[in-house]
This record gives sequence, structure tokens and C-alpha cells, in this order.
Amino acid sequence: MATHSAHPFPKSSAHDLPFWRKYIFSTDHKIIGLQYGITASFFLFFGFCLMMLMRWQLAYPGQPLPVIGTWFGDANMPGGIMLPEFYNSLGAMHGTIMVFLAIVPLVFGAFGNYIVPLQIGAPDMCFPKVNAASYWAYFTGGVVMCYSFFVPGGAANSGWTSYSPLADIATEGQTWWLIGMVCLITSSLLGAINFIATIVQLRTKGMTWFRLPFFVWAQLVTAFLLLLAFPPLEAAGVMQLMDRLAHTSFFLPSGLVVSGKVLEVSGGGTPILWQHLFWFLGHPEVYVLILPAMGIVTEIIANNTRKPITGYKSLVFSALTIGFLSFIVWAHHMYLTGMGTKVSAFFQTTTILISVPSVIILTALFISLWGGSIRFTTPMLFALGFLPMFGIGGLTGIPLAFNATDIPLHDTYYVIGHFHYIVAPGTIFAIFAGIYYWFPKVTGRMMSERLGKVHFWLSMIFMNGIFLPMFIQGMAGVSRRWYDGGASYEFVQGVIHWNVFMSVSAWCLALVQIPFLINLFWSACKGKKASDNPWDATTLEWATPTPPPHGNFVVPPIVYHNPYDYSMSGAKKDFTPQNQPVEA
Amino acid sequence: MEIPYTVKTRPDTGLFNAKLGIWLFLASEVMLFGALFSSYVLLRVGSPDWPHGSSILNVPLGTLNTLVLITSSITMVMAWASLVLKNFSKFKLYMGLTILLGLVFLVVKSFEYGAKFHHHMFPKESVYLAIYFTLTGLHALHVIGGMVVNAYLWGPGSKMWETDPQRFTNRVEVSGLFWHFVDLVWIFLFPVLYLL
Ligand code: HEM
Ligand SMILES: [Cu+2]
Repeated sequence: MATHSAHPFPKSSAHDLPFWRKYIFSTDHKIIGLQYGITASFFLFFGFCLMMLMRWQLAYPGQPLPVIGTWFGDANMPGGIMLPEFYNSLGAMHGTIMVFLAIVPLVFGAFGNYIVPLQIGAPDMCFPKVNAASYWAYFTGGVVMCYSFFVPGGAANSGWTSYSPLADIATEGQTWWLIGMVCLITSSLLGAINFIATIVQLRTKGMTWFRLPFFVWAQLVTAFLLLLAFPPLEAAGVMQLMDRLAHTSFFLPSGLVVSGKVLEVSGGGTPILWQHLFWFLGHPEVYVLILPAMGIVTEIIANNTRKPITGYKSLVFSALTIGFLSFIVWAHHMYLTGMGTKVSAFFQTTTILISVPSVIILTALFISLWGGSIRFTTPMLFALGFLPMFGIGGLTGIPLAFNATDIPLHDTYYVIGHFHYIVAPGTIFAIFAGIYYWFPKVTGRMMSERLGKVHFWLSMIFMNGIFLPMFIQGMAGVSRRWYDGGASYEFVQGVIHWNVFMSVSAWCLALVQIPFLINLFWSACKGKKASDNPWDATTLEWATPTPPPHGNFVVPPIVYHNPYDYSMSGAKKDFTPQNQPVEA
Repeated sequence: MEIPYTVKTRPDTGLFNAKLGIWLFLASEVMLFGALFSSYVLLRVGSPDWPHGSSILNVPLGTLNTLVLITSSITMVMAWASLVLKNFSKFKLYMGLTILLGLVFLVVKSFEYGAKFHHHMFPKESVYLAIYFTLTGLHALHVIGGMVVNAYLWGPGSKMWETDPQRFTNRVEVSGLFWHFVDLVWIFLFPVLYLL
């Protein structure tokens, strides 16, 4: 490609490494970022397929799935009719795959790996080999999870939360789930250490803490969440493995009756312990899903409004506050376990407190739009779409924060709607925004704006078509775990007609990703050539050659400016790159 | 391409990369064992008949192992200090001792395990035994991990002393920090499981 012959590779580049060292067992953060991105996209698609299958059963309970129904074997779908056990596996694995194998690896592993070192002006991550190890641990975890579909009894089927005692006595798939999780946790821990060390140690000259782009801050807080919240789940995983393999009773109370017989175990454990340990991770995990997305959106909003982010520092302090508070809210997932009123008062208070910094971030981003000369590019559309979608997700969380209103809503489709508004039209839109935005840096070519806009508007419509009715159903009392979508329950007959609508929306959502895929592959080969800084952006990733070579910068950059110095008075252009020397 | 601060410390943070890395790793380890200790508390509080540790476990052997590990922490510091004083043969001696003491710990531990199994005391017998085996087993895995790294630094890894003595000293320091942590965990484990 002609564009980078002008930039000689720095000495000792990866130029002459053999293929497998350069692209397979690479230690270059950009290659690892892409590996994460490709693997996680595959899992995103896979998780989506599991859900599309479930949506058939929910819309047309007990009816054979046409054409492909018989592919799944008699153990799962005899005659194309889904068995309840298979439905449970699909649900549990959809959640697990989406959270741990798709979204986190995308926002943290892929975007974080590729962009963070570039934005802080570093040649690579602090520990490149650890970085590669993190990817391969993730990959192994993914293989184990896929394998678990083929063991007797199928994949794990106790929900993505794996509540004991159900999970203790579940089929073999649960054991593989636990082993897979240990791999994934190891991967996240290695990644988290690497991110924090990189951000602390490898900031280039002049890159002070308050000159860091917000995206880097978001990744830093995310890394801390992963570092400190995952080990308790690992501990819980080890204990559940012990329960399953060494027949201990960590999570089994005395006198537990299963299928009419008292279980032959020592007893003396407690199922609540699992819930505590799981949600001690689980809640910080949801901020792992959303913080990097906020980071991506902030970058894109600053760039496309051509003005500095309003309240950059309040964004940073909000992110830090979220990071801290997310460790002391976990029991809001457990109001129904019968905790005392004092404990519940504590968790209700902290939960409401944590919504404050989230609202600050959202508000600051909205205010940032005000008075900007907005460029409605595709990345910007997705970023703008993120704002109200995240808003709906967040606001619907408020009733869940209070014990009294949560009790009727818990484990209904209302909850499913709530968190999906955050992760699906929220985080996934941010991911799309990031792909459209950074694609030119990675490939040297622009994506098509026309296809991008088609992709955006249609996705927006169908996303809402899937998730908005969930609130209606949930408030009417439709449980999230019913295998027939509510058909056999008298009191929800008034709302279950929505099931078909939601399912059709989900299948349409799949179809409207086709323009995106065409755009992605076509643009990678044939798209318009991009310059090194096609969006006229200020942050350092645009100061590298395109695509950035091994070692990233031709000369280590020096930073003189704040991250979002757009439309500065006195400047010649409407953007002042962070590394542009100050004129004397 | 050269990653900065792999050997020298960064002036404004006062750290070289691996030192920050190991501290972060230890923070996650604190959370791991912290979660297990919390589980211990929760299970014990909820249990009507929690046994007294000393009625089941061998306190003298546990005490011996505590002393062994504390001594190994001391020799570990000496190994590092010898490198700082540029005395490579002393390093070999102290590092060798550290590894040996780790081995002694594991041998004693396996005797204890063996005795328990002999008396049909398996993890599944009671929640007390379950948490005992889980905690000490996980700790033993950490001991083994630390020993593998130390053995590497004692053997093939020590060639780096010729080429890059500063970096090698850093490595020993980092491995030492981990070793002290493993020691510290045991110092919590011992009273909690054996004495209380
Ligand atoms: C975008 C299209 C998506 C649709 C239509 C969809 C649909 C569904 C449905 C119908 C359920 C109900 C499961 C049940 O009955 O228990 C569910 C559960 C769940 N989904 Fe999604 N989902 C989507 C994307 C995502 C994404 C991106 C994530 C990643 C965070 C995710 C995470 C989860 C989780 C964690 C559960 C709970 C699973 C369980 O409780 O076992 N979903 N989803
Ligand atoms: Cu939560």
C-alpha cells in the first residue's frame, strides 16, 4: 500500500518475523487486539444465534422449528420441537457467551488493546508476552465453552448466574462451564494487570493524568474492576467445582431434598454464599460492560461536535466513583433472599448513590452536544443512539434499586429489558460506533457512509422492537425463565402476543447486520483510501502511520495539549492535536 | 522496539514495570483468598457445630510448617540482598535454601494430608474439612508456583546475571514479593484453621 511507504518502519520491526509469530502468536498489542476482536465477534454472533433459537420457542411454543429444527439432534429438538432442557442450556449459554466471551473481550480486549497504547503514546503494552497469554487463555476458555455443548446432558443449564444448589446437581456441562470460567477469569486478570501497568508506566512525555483521553480513564477503571472483582468468582468457582467433583457441601444446606429423596451429602453449606460471591463479581461486571462503551462514545462525540467535552474532569471523577461504589451494591440482586431491613437499606442507598455518577456522565455528554457543529457521520450516529438507549436502561434500573418495587419485578422480563437496553442498544451500539470510527486507522480505508446509515437506522428500529415490549411483559408478570413464553399461565394472556413481535424483530435485527458485514469486508479491500487522520482528531492514535507499524510511533510523541482541544480560539485549524508543539 | 522502564524505574511513579505488575497481581490474590476467608466466616457463623481446629488437625506439624515458611521468607530476602551486594554465590546459596524450605513445607503438608485420608477424613465429610482442604490446597498450589519460579531463577534463569544484572536483581525481587505473600497467607491460614 502506498500510504505507508512514506513512513519507514522503525528499526527492529516485526517485518521479518514468520507468519505464525506475526499473526498467530503475536505479542504486538494491535495484532492481539484484532485477534480478540475477531474471536469475540464470532462469539457475539454465536450468542445471538442461541437467542434466535430461543425466540422461536418463545413465539411459537411447542411448534417444530421449520427447516433447521432437526439439525440439533433428538437429544435437543426431537422432530424440531425444543426440549425444556435444551432451552435452559440455550439461555444459560447465551448469557455466558454474550457477557464473558463477546462483550467484555470486545470492549476491553479488542478496543482496549488496540487503542490504549496508541492513545497514551506507548510503543506497546507493558508486558507483551502476558498480553498474548491473556488472549490464549481467553481462547482456551472459549473452546471449553463450545465443547461443553457436546457432553452428555448438553451445556450448562442453570442460568448464566449458575445458582446453587441447582448448579451443584446439574449435568456435566456445568463442570465444563466452571473450567471455562477459570480460563476466562485468568485471561481477564492478566489483561487487567497489563492495562493498569501500561497506563501508569508507559504514558509518553507530557501525557499527564488529566491529559488522558476519557477512553483511557474508562479502561483504567474497568481494569481495576476486573482485577478485584473476578477473584471472588474464581473462589466461588473453585468451591462449586469442589461441590461437584469432591462432593463437598459448600453450597448445599443440610437435608436438601432432590426428586423426593434427601441428598446424600454432609450438608451444612449455604446457597446464599454462592449468590454473594457471584454478584460481588456480577455487579462490577456490568460496569465493565458499560464503562469502555462510554469511553468510545466520548471520543466520538468530542470529535464530531468539534468542541471539547463539557466537564471532562467530572467524567473522570464519575468514572472513579462508579468504580469504587460498584463494589458495595452487589446485594441489590438479592433482595428476594430475605435479608434484614438494615442490610437492605444499606444496599438500596448505595445503589441509588451509584446512579448519580452515571447520570453525570450521561448529562455531560448531552451538554457536550449543545452548540457544537455536529457532523452526522456513521460513528456519530451510533454514539448519539447510545445516549438515549443507555438512558432508558439506566432509568428503568431505578425501580429495581428499591426493595419494595423490585420484589414484583425481580426475575421478570422487566429485568431482562433493563439490562439489555444497556448492553445491546447501549454497549453494542458503542462497539459499532468504535468500529466505524477506528476502522480507517486499522485498515487505511474508510467504511461506506451510506451502508453505515442504513445499518444504524434499521438496527435502531429492531433493537427497540425486541426490548421495549419486555417492559410491558415484565410488569404484567412474565417470568424470565418460562420455557413457553407464558402460554400456560392464565394471568399473562393479555401480553404474550408481544412474543411474536419481539421474535420477528430479533430475526430482522440479524438480517440488517448484512449491510454492516458487506460494508466491513468490502471497505477493507475496496474502500476509499484514508489519510493518517481522516476525522481531523486530536488524540495520539491519529498521530501514527496507518496502519500503525510494530512499535507504533515513528518517533515517541510529546504531548502539549488536553485530549479534546477542538475549535480552540487562536488556532489555525478547528483541531489541535495533542502532540502539536505550542507556538512560542 | 524497546518497552521503557523494564529495568530502570520511572521517575514520577518510582516503579519499574514488573514491580507494579506483581503488586497488582498480589492485590487480586488478596481478593481471592479474601473471598475464601469470608466464605469461611459465613459458613462458620451459619453452622451449629463447628469443630475446634486443634481437635482435628495436627497443631505441632502446623507450627513447624509456619516456622519453615517464615524462615524461607528470610532466606528469600537474603538471596535478593546478596545480589544487591553483588555476591552471586551467596545468592545461589540462599535461593537454594529457599527452594529447599519450600520443599520441606510441602513434604510436611503431604504427611498431614495423608494422615487425614488414612482416617477417612475427606473434604466431603464436613464443611470444615471442605474449607480446610480447599484453602490449604490452593495455598499449596501457590507454594509450588513460587518454587517453580524460584527454581528457574536459581538455575537456567540465573545466566541473566552475566548479561543484565540489574534486571536479574529485579526479577528476584519480584519473585520474592510473591513468596512473601504466600508466606503471609499461611500466617493467616494457620491460626484460622488450626487454632480457632
Ligand atoms: C441483541 C439482541 C439480544 C436479544 C434479542 C437477547 C434476548 C434475550 C432473551 C430473550 C433472554 C431471556 C433468557 C431467559 O429466559 O432467561 C436473554 C437473557 C440474557 N441476555 Fe440477551 N439478548 C440479546 C443480546 C444480549 C447481549 C449483547 C448480552 C450481553 C451482555 C446479553 C446478555 C444476556 C444475559 C446475561 C441474559 C440472562 C441469561 C440468564 O438469565 O440465564 N444479551 N437475552
Ligand atoms: Cu447490579
